[in-house]
Formats: sequence, structure tokens, C-alpha cells
Amino acid sequence: MAKYMLIMRETEESLAKFTDVDFDEAMNAMGKFNDELIHAGVLLAAEGLEDPKEGVVVDFTGETPVVTDGPYGETKELFGGFYILDVASKQEAIEWAKRAPLTAGRKTEIRRVPTIDEFPQDNEWIQKERAWREQTGQL
Amino acid sequence: MSGAEARGAVEAVWRMESARIVGALARYTGDFPLAEDLAQEALAEALVSWSVNGVPAEPAGWLLTTGRRRAIDTFRRRAARDEKYALLASDLAAEEPGADALFDPEAIDDDVLALMFISCHPVLAKEARIALTLRVVGGLGSDEIAKAFLVPVATIQARITRAKKTLAAAQVPFAVPEPHERAERLGSVLNVIYLIFTEGSFASGGAEWIRTDLAGEARRLARVLVQISPEPEVFGLIALMELTAARFPARLDASGRPVLLEDQDRRRWDQAAIRRGRAALARAAGSGRGLGAYGLQASIAECHAVAHSVAETDWQRIVILYEALGRLAPSPVIELNRAVAVAMASGPADGLELVEAIAARGELAGSHLLPAVRGEMLTRLGRRDDARSALLQAVALCGNAAERAVLQRKVDELS
Repeated sequence: MAKYMLIMRETEESLAKFTDVDFDEAMNAMGKFNDELIHAGVLLAAEGLEDPKEGVVVDFTGETPVVTDGPYGETKELFGGFYILDVASKQEAIEWAKRAPLTAGRKTEIRRVPTIDEFPQDNEWIQKERAWREQTGQL
Repeated sequence: MSGAEARGAVEAVWRMESARIVGALARYTGDFPLAEDLAQEALAEALVSWSVNGVPAEPAGWLLTTGRRRAIDTFRRRAARDEKYALLASDLAAEEPGADALFDPEAIDDDVLALMFISCHPVLAKEARIALTLRVVGGLGSDEIAKAFLVPVATIQARITRAKKTLAAAQVPFAVPEPHERAERLGSVLNVIYLIFTEGSFASGGAEWIRTDLAGEARRLARVLVQISPEPEVFGLIALMELTAARFPARLDASGRPVLLEDQDRRRWDQAAIRRGRAALARAAGSGRGLGAYGLQASIAECHAVAHSVAETDWQRIVILYEALGRLAPSPVIELNRAVAVAMASGPADGLELVEAIAARGELAGSHLLPAVRGEMLTRLGRRDDARSALLQAVALCGNAAERAVLQRKVDELS
């Protein structure tokens, strides 16, 4: 067994198209998929990220880290990994990111992870997922 | 699509779907050994067909339909000589339009649960239960299982064939056991999963990577089980395996030698596994029925997981947990572990007293564990000569080269 991360990449076009999609339908399809992963015993953790426009980039290109709003780079660029921090505010997250011992040229993108409370609570798949999160101590 | 690509695709789909396919076919035919054969035939057909036509849009459905067609063929063939099969064949053929209902999500859970109970059935020998579970529920091939257990492929194939014959002869029905039987049978399922885990966690040589895989597969099987049978002791077993696996990254040094608990770099312990283990343990404890043997062992593992060092470990609590475990599942090894905990909690003299009592009863004679622990305690008491002879005895009895080296180092330190 090995751990893999499935990184869901978005492009400007795919995000724009999402506004045409029926939200409930998309929720149910994804919920069903997640439920299958849970039943197969293969899901350890899963999080979706908020809109990249809400994100922040800390840029180490210059002498001091430069903070900019918005998404990082081209959609073809690769992720090297991610941290999940439990902090009180975006600013606090930015401060932690600035302290990371990163070499010049690297960037850290900061994105909020929405909680399950932000999704429609009357959706049956959300209720199932909530039960699973309670079971596995992820709430 | 090349043959190798098709093979990779078939193998991946098989790992994901075999339990559901065999389960659905067993429900369809009412015959578990036959269902397993049909599924294997469908798998063989997929290897040929997918390399020519590519992977179908719904691979699981494809395998199931193929298996079902083979079932009908089989019954038709047998119908020539048996009226019972003639009836079955016509029944199954008539059912065909609604056959997609086999993948009714409500039934899948019961199918997979029934598969687990059957492949861990008490009429089977321990080795057969393990092989059948890995093959049928885990979707591992005979070659993978053979590699993991360091035995020839033919041995595993023979075990599986014999197991299916035994199940057929004992007329084991394809069903989840009745409630009164269930607790007892669940114990066998948990035991098999734990045996798979321990086989994977003590790699003693050979293809080590696949053995670590085995420990992972055991955890996955337990996660499947807890979804369909959320009993407290299943959570207890998950907790024990997660908390044990959390230490895997720290238990070997750079040259592959075992590192003792007291010397392990605890920063390398897998914190996510610890978190999952503790969450599962909380669920096990939350039942209000008390912890079982797995839950108690998990609690002991938790004491280590939350401690920053050996010195800061809550040894008093570990002593109590070993006492509870000893009452639930008495064994000299547990007694010996309790003695170690007592030595840590209240000094080596108290621990040594317990070790001598075990030795006086003649238990664990021939095992290196007892003299190893005895030597450790005597060392701490400053009785160097006695310690040395105990450790030398342990070296002589120890069968594992890596462990023997650790013991020999302790002897050398005393010289």
C-alpha cells in the first residue's frame, strides 16, 4: 500500500464552466464518489480548497518574502506538497508561511479549507460524510 | 492497448472490485466456491479482451456480466445431467433483464461482510483463512500472497483450492451469520486481519516491501469491515494497528537494524496514524461495554504514542492495562510484558520478582524473551555477572539475526 494524493487541478476555463453546472448534482456525484472511497477503505483524508482568487502567494524570489493576492503561477505548474495548519486567521497563516525555511525562488500558496459546515446540511451525502468524519476524528 | 497495459488495468480494477464481484456472484448463484471460480474465469477473459478492445467504460460491470454469463453456461452444462441445475439455469436466464440490480448498494455491504465471514470460517485452517481472505476480499493474486508469505505459488493455490472444497463439503451458506453466531465469528475475522498485519509488520527477510504492503492491506480490510460492521472491537483492532504502524518509520536504522523503543526517534512516528488510532480507540471505548483484547493492547500502544520519552511514559497505567489484558487473555508473554512495565513503574527489583515467578512455573522455557528481559533487569540492578549470563542465554536462544545482534551488543557493553 502506498499513499497517493489526488490533486484536483483547475484552470480558469474549468472554473468558469463550473458556474453552469447544477450545484446539487455536482455535490451528489462527488459525495457518492467519496462514499465509495470510504467503503473501499482507501480514504485517509480529503479536503477541497477554496477558490484560488481567495488565496495568497508568498514569493521568495527577492531578498524578502513578497505577499501577493490571488492564485499561483500557471495551471501547468506542479505542487510539491501541502501543509494543513489550524490557525485563527489568514494573516496568521501568512506569518507561518513567511517563517518556513524555503530556498529562494519557491512560493507558498495559502488557501482556506472550507469546513463541512459550509455545505448544505440537508444533503444526504454530506450527512454520511459527517458521520464518517465523526467516526475518524476529523471534525 | 498493449498486453502489459491491459494487465495493469485488469489488476487495478480487480483489487478494487473483486470483493463486490465475487460477493454479487455468490449471492446470484448461492454457491461461494463456484462464484470464486467464475470470477477468476471472468478475470482471465478480461486479460485477453481488454488488451484487444481496451478497458471498458464500466470495468466492474463488465467483469460481473462475464461472470454471470459463465454461471449460466455452467448451469446449462450441468443441466444435461441434473434437473436441479436445469431449473437454476432457466431461473437465472429469466432473471437476466434485472441482473444489474446485483450492484444494488444496499446489498453490496452484506455481500462483502458475508465474504469476510466465509473466508474466515472456523472450518478452515488458519493459513487457509488468511490466503482466502487476501485473495477474495483483498483481491491479491496467488503470486502476491505467495511472495508475501515466502512460500511457493503452488502452495497458496493448493491452500485456496482445498479451502473452497472444505467450504463446499461443509455446505457453508453464503450469508452473514445469525446474530447469536456473529460475535464469535467476528472474532475469527478480526484475528485473521491481525495475523495479516503482524505478518506484514515483522519483516524477517525476503521481499520486504510487499510485507509492509501486507500490514497496509490489513488496515484497509479493517476499514472496510468497520464500515459494514461498526462493532467496538473492530475499532479496537483498527486502533491497535494504526498505533503500531505509527512507529514503523522509526523502528529500523539507516542500515536496516531494529531500533528499540527507548532509542526510537519519536519525531519520526506517523502523527496522522496516531491521530487515526486514537480516534478509533475513543470509539471503541465509547461503547460502554469495556475494551476487548485489541482495545486494551491499543490503549497500551496509545500510552507510548502520547509520551515524549520512555521516562515520561505512564507506566503505572500500562501495568494496569496489562493486568486487565492478562485476565482477558492469559498468556506468559503478557505476564512478561507486565513485568517490564512494573520494572519501569516501580523499579527493576519488583519486575525481576515477576520474571522469576514466570521462570519458576517453567513457562517460556526455550524462548529468548525471558532471559533477555531478565538480563535487562539484572543490568539495571547492577548485577553485571548475572546479567551477562542471562543475556548470553538469550543470544543462544534467539532465532532472528537482527535481534540477536542487539542482544549481543548488550552483552558487549557489560564486558
